[in-house]
Amino acid sequence: MTIRVQTEDFDVSHEMLALRQKNPKVGAVASFVGVVRDLNDGDDVSVLTLEHYPEMTERSLRAIVEKAKSRWNIYDALVIHRVGTLRPLDQIVLVIVTSAHRGESFKACEFLMDYLKTQAPFWKKEKTPVGDRWVEARDSDALAAQRWNSDSDS
Amino acid sequence: MEIKILFFAKLRETFNASEIEITLTGSNKKVSDLIEALRQKGGIWATELQNNKSFRVAVNQEMVTDDVQLSESDEVAFFPPVTGG
Repeated sequence: MTIRVQTEDFDVSHEMLALRQKNPKVGAVASFVGVVRDLNDGDDVSVLTLEHYPEMTERSLRAIVEKAKSRWNIYDALVIHRVGTLRPLDQIVLVIVTSAHRGESFKACEFLMDYLKTQAPFWKKEKTPVGDRWVEARDSDALAAQRWNSDSDS
Repeated sequence: MEIKILFFAKLRETFNASEIEITLTGSNKKVSDLIEALRQKGGIWATELQNNKSFRVAVNQEMVTDDVQLSESDEVAFFPPVTGG
């Protein structure tokens, strides 16, 4: 398991190769990249600042990956989340999961993102022409995470 | 007992504090007692920590519900619902 919280950018292909190369049993690699958009709630966003709770961040991400590992037959997972000042087009988050077959990787990758969005202590503040504002949590994200509680097709 | 409380994001700005210490008297204190003690400070504290406001509490870096028991050296954090990813 690899967990990193960093201000620097990341290279997806490099991280993907590093994760899968360790294990010749890997037959599937699923990944997700989150990117800064230039528009949110109808306003132009020029800068996004990400704050976090350092002592809790890595711990909560580890707990989320452990949960995915206990639920699906996956080999490994990587989560990189950036903090600090970001701009539109910048990459924010990377999740990569490896497994023998695609089903487990796809599901675990989506699960990791859904849980990360509701459990990991990160907060976004955006700069817009109407001023700086903290991004509000979305109900749709809470619902996306909740659906894993009732999903019988685990 | 002395409890260290950290604030993050919008709550840190609203309370104009990233960290405070508060003394809870008596034993068997829960997170709900701590929230009540903060509300007693009045003003913005009472407004922002009303029941209908959405905020999260972590004890020792784990999100908890307000019936969780507190101990002397606990690190408690208050923050808005998270918005990473």
